[in-house]
Amino acid sequence: MAEPTVYTPKSITELMTGEENFAPGHRACIGCGEALAVRLVCKALGDSVIIVNATGCMEVVSSQLPYTSWRVPWIHTLFENTAAVASGIEAGLKILTKKGRRLLPDVKVVAMAGDGGTSDIGIQALSGALERGHNFIYICFDNEAYMNTGIQRSSATPYGASTTTSPAGKVSIGQITWKKNMPAIAVAHDIPYVATACPSYPFDLMTKVSKAVATNGPSYLHILSVCPTGWRCPTELTIEIGRLAVQTGIFPLYEVENGKYKLSLDLLKLRPVTDYLKLQGRFRHLSEDVINEIQQRVNEEYIKLKEKVDGKFLA
Amino acid sequence: MVSKAGIEVSVAISEAVRLANTDVVAAYPITPQTHIVEHLAELVANGELNAEYIPVESEHSAMSACLGSAAAGARTFTATAGQGLELMHEVLYVASSMRLPIVMAVANRALSAPISIWGDHSDVMAVRDTGWIQIFTENGQEVVDNVLCDFRIAEDRRVLLPVMIHLDGFHLTHMIEPITFPEQGKVDRFIPPNDYPLPLDPNKPVAMGGFGPPSIYSETKWAQEVNLRTAKEVILQAWNEFGDAFGRHYSPVECYRCDNCRVLLLTMGSFSETAMAAIDKMKNEGKDVGLINFRLWRPFPFDEIRQAVKDAEVLIVLDRALSFGGPGGPVCSEIRSALYQQDKKPKVIGFVGGLGGRDISVAGFEEMISRGIEISETGSSREFEIFGVRE
Repeated sequence: MAEPTVYTPKSITELMTGEENFAPGHRACIGCGEALAVRLVCKALGDSVIIVNATGCMEVVSSQLPYTSWRVPWIHTLFENTAAVASGIEAGLKILTKKGRRLLPDVKVVAMAGDGGTSDIGIQALSGALERGHNFIYICFDNEAYMNTGIQRSSATPYGASTTTSPAGKVSIGQITWKKNMPAIAVAHDIPYVATACPSYPFDLMTKVSKAVATNGPSYLHILSVCPTGWRCPTELTIEIGRLAVQTGIFPLYEVENGKYKLSLDLLKLRPVTDYLKLQGRFRHLSEDVINEIQQRVNEEYIKLKEKVDGKFLA
Repeated sequence: MVSKAGIEVSVAISEAVRLANTDVVAAYPITPQTHIVEHLAELVANGELNAEYIPVESEHSAMSACLGSAAAGARTFTATAGQGLELMHEVLYVASSMRLPIVMAVANRALSAPISIWGDHSDVMAVRDTGWIQIFTENGQEVVDNVLCDFRIAEDRRVLLPVMIHLDGFHLTHMIEPITFPEQGKVDRFIPPNDYPLPLDPNKPVAMGGFGPPSIYSETKWAQEVNLRTAKEVILQAWNEFGDAFGRHYSPVECYRCDNCRVLLLTMGSFSETAMAAIDKMKNEGKDVGLINFRLWRPFPFDEIRQAVKDAEVLIVLDRALSFGGPGGPVCSEIRSALYQQDKKPKVIGFVGGLGGRDISVAGFEEMISRGIEISETGSSREFEIFGVRE
């Protein structure tokens, strides 16, 4: 069963908005799921935002001097410090508003980073900012490897994926660790709002962004962003592969509001993981045994998530 | 009303930050900086300083939060020491390159390993080339006065650069000294409100920190270099106007009893006060020695240094940092370089000492000067002398 917002826009204005704060003309690859996700995020954010961008694909494709793709205020400084920079901006706006020097009470600070910038090098700054309770949104655009530097593995790379630093070889299946559960780490900080999303479900994504904007305090969005270049898949399959990630249960769509889990799309039956894996060159080498292992893990993780939703383990 | 109090220098810095109406403090505790940030937290907790205090989870995040705060147009302060400064390293470059006027007090501390919480200048020298304005201080009054000057310098539209104010860990941070605090009204007149030209603002979007291709990177770096060099005029102007308003005068290079001296000693930071006592004693004994207290480390005051030493025959330079495998202490190397093309210049003798909190006494400075004179006459097989070390 799906939440109504998964397949339908919450209002006609959301569907029809022509506002593009992430301007066309950027340098992202053909079929980039992340650029699409950023575009949808910006549509939902509106004008009253300040974007803090980590080093990575989005910074590189959108900001080459003397051009910019950003029609909202935007700042990039380094790779691992995005949440900390966002903390400083939020604190600065707060005190300047309090002192009456600048009147920007409704501006939302939005930090954006890739999976490496979030779950590896930036996790300390992110944890600090979530714990301190700054009023900001942190969005991880997860394409499951360091794509900007040439497809190196991160802790968000899935089990069995071949990357340039976890190559499949005669004695290796590729990535030998399971994907780090970053949304669960965000939830562990007891923040008011955490959600997963995918641009293959644009209305769901935009609704979640709007909820994050309305949240007072930190919110964390984890957006799966299909990367044809790094996943070695046809560029026209970006949307389909994103949908398959959700429908196989590999990347479930859910929200955690004040600690309470809710599935956005409650799948009665998971599609087999092979439907998802077989379309991507990064999994091409996997044996049936490994695929079965992945299927087993996905089933188990989905059950664990369902248990959290149903609150089975609540005392 | 002007008030004078016996106060720990770290606490005095916090009071100066309060007088400057700082908006945001982002800091992570590290010895010997802790008393500064503790007192600032107290001032905020008691409502005596109307500021946001961000208790970040590392120095890297402290400086990163400062980037954000300054980019939002807020007056921004932090403090650190030793390892903390090194953890900030890459962020320091961003602060200066993006023209963000942050003021930072550095309680100078040695670097690991072995771990040492005590003072020297290894931390400073490792961040020498980060593009910050860097000012050394000798005593608590200088620190307070310069914190006030630093906000004005950093936020001046002709400058828009971050400023580091250096004070020796423990030797200065933990001293109780009599310090005069200027009255609030005069401080308000001396430091105009921060009016950062293009802050992050949805009403007027700007993109900051774009990606610099080879066709543009060099121009941005050269502009930054020109900017830091020309900042010197604004620094001198701020010091002059501070002197006019408050009666205490500062200069990039300060000479102490060094007129027409044959032998000069050059020191930085709090050790200059001990060195002065040594100079007084040696003068009384009829020796021809004087002292130079080197205050403005960046931008390097070439003219002032050349002018100050031009008539001397021997210049003894004390560094409190090693440049491993290099030509000597960093300060000595730069001074030699600044003098090399001069027709008339002293022999420059380099010493490294006072590492990891090891003190140099009045007698120690006398010994250093005597040994320096001896080397100037007989020469040495070493690039520099290590002082007060068991070999």
